[in-house]
Amino acid sequence: MLKNKENQVMKIVIYVVCIALAILSVLPFWIMMVNATRSTTEIQQHAISLIPSGYMTNNLKILLGKSFNPMVGFMNSLIISIGATCLALYFSSLTAYAQVAYNWKLRNAFFSFIMVVMMIPAQITMIGFYQMVYKIHMTNRLSMLILPAIASPSMVFFMRQYLHPTLSMEIVQSARIDGAGEFMIFNRIVLPIMKPAIATQAIFSFVASWNNLFTPLVLLTDQKKYTMPIMVSLLKGDIYKTEYGSVYLGLTLTVLPLIIVYLILSKYIIAGVALGGVKG
Amino acid sequence: MKSKKPGYDRYAKYGYIFSIPFVATFLLFSLYPTVYTAVIGFTDLKGLGMTSIHFLSDDLFGNFKTVLSSPSFQQAFRNTVVIWLSNFVPQILLALLLAAWFTDKRSKVKGQGLFKILLYMPNIITAATIAILFSGFFGYPMGPVNDLLVRLGFIDKPIELLRNKTVSRSVVIFIQTWMWYGSTMITLISGILGISPEIFESAEVDGANRLQTFFYITLPNVKTILLFTLVTSLIGGLNMFDIPKLFQNGGPDNATLTTSLFIYNQAFSGSYMYNRAAAASMIMFVIIALLASVMFFIMRDKDEAELKKQIKLQQKNYKKQLKAGKEGASC
Repeated sequence: MLKNKENQVMKIVIYVVCIALAILSVLPFWIMMVNATRSTTEIQQHAISLIPSGYMTNNLKILLGKSFNPMVGFMNSLIISIGATCLALYFSSLTAYAQVAYNWKLRNAFFSFIMVVMMIPAQITMIGFYQMVYKIHMTNRLSMLILPAIASPSMVFFMRQYLHPTLSMEIVQSARIDGAGEFMIFNRIVLPIMKPAIATQAIFSFVASWNNLFTPLVLLTDQKKYTMPIMVSLLKGDIYKTEYGSVYLGLTLTVLPLIIVYLILSKYIIAGVALGGVKG
Repeated sequence: MKSKKPGYDRYAKYGYIFSIPFVATFLLFSLYPTVYTAVIGFTDLKGLGMTSIHFLSDDLFGNFKTVLSSPSFQQAFRNTVVIWLSNFVPQILLALLLAAWFTDKRSKVKGQGLFKILLYMPNIITAATIAILFSGFFGYPMGPVNDLLVRLGFIDKPIELLRNKTVSRSVVIFIQTWMWYGSTMITLISGILGISPEIFESAEVDGANRLQTFFYITLPNVKTILLFTLVTSLIGGLNMFDIPKLFQNGGPDNATLTTSLFIYNQAFSGSYMYNRAAAASMIMFVIIALLASVMFFIMRDKDEAELKKQIKLQQKNYKKQLKAGKEGASC
């Protein structure tokens, strides 16, 4: 009896804490979206409101009248994220396949090497990277943000861990007997086998690329090449100092696509995080 | 057909061929910049548009000495460590507590799927946006926080909260914790679910209570995952940039200046001191490499077998979850 009561109390505590944390996760974005629909005067009178108002189109006009251009940022971010994600997925799978399917002399050494360089953060090497790109006059080229994705050590690591227990050499062997070339075997047989891993990694690679601020901030100086996070950083500038409603609307426009995609794919994202291959 | 993987010798060359794109890209876009950064650290490269470099003739380590003795680098380093530590500790404690609750058979928390989705959500949102959103929240004179404090009667009139060093730093710490505890929690939950259920059952039979189960069974079994979280969080934390940059740009009075921001400011915001920025980068590189290798040494020695087991179990779990994800769109 006593134990049962204790259990009940415990349960209430758990739910209260969890609901409070859930509210904490949602509330900032809720306030943001509500304020995006309110006029500057309304916000100045009371900055917190949970009920939307009707000034969204007005805010939008002010927002777009200045240097903030969400469509340009959106398109550039889309090009970079899709390009980088596709390259990273394909070549990481290829490198992982080379690890699993073939028995070459430097295989283990190469794998240890990948484990080591996984730890090197991009920020640390940025000065040299910038100088190199500057020397060959390639700053402001989106390709400089896409091509490096071909070498994504942590993704290779993840793909290898997935492929190792999954791939059966018998299938590869029988394809060889049928006369398929090694490259074709990879494209036609191995890539489909890796679909679940590719799907998970696609989401995280895309999001990481989409949210990246540091590299684009260093390389891109041309307004037409700005990515979404750089566009967002413009909202902090002096030109929007008193246009509170517009700033909130600008922030909302950058967040909304992410939230929608997240809610659709959340099951897969959570399952992917559970694997622990996300951070770092 | 003498080996397990027949004919591997004939095909061995494809191992090399398929690794070429990775290696070539890595050499060009990672290794070369790393070496180049290290070299620049020993030169006089500064100024807009300069590309020719000359090694320092009087004192080769001049840039490193300048950086290490610079008060703002020291401040940035202290800030980075303080901000990382004070977000990591509450983050891991909260994540552990929630993970223990969510996996406890006796509590059977309902709506776990929804809670996980909501608690993880801040992690997926662009950090740049979150930083600017929060700097708007703490705005003066009429930000939502000021509004709330006035309405609740804590203060008579709005105050410039972000002029206060402690408040600014605390907000950065809060944002970091808030963005990452969900992710850590989910990783830990999958680790706990990987522990064999029989251990928990026999503990229950032996009459262990919640606390005992947690400290004697759960915690020792997720040691490896905790260490993994520690390493990744440390490397991420030592490179913290987006939030401090866009929240207060390192201010007020350098209270939220981190080493990454210091490096960025040296090189890209008007002073063009590439040599000093490169020296600071290399200092951070050495620190990160040392810390990471120390932790891997600890991990490899004791827990290598255990790690492999954990990965296997996690993969099993992962497949199960993927399956579950496919079956039910709702939670």
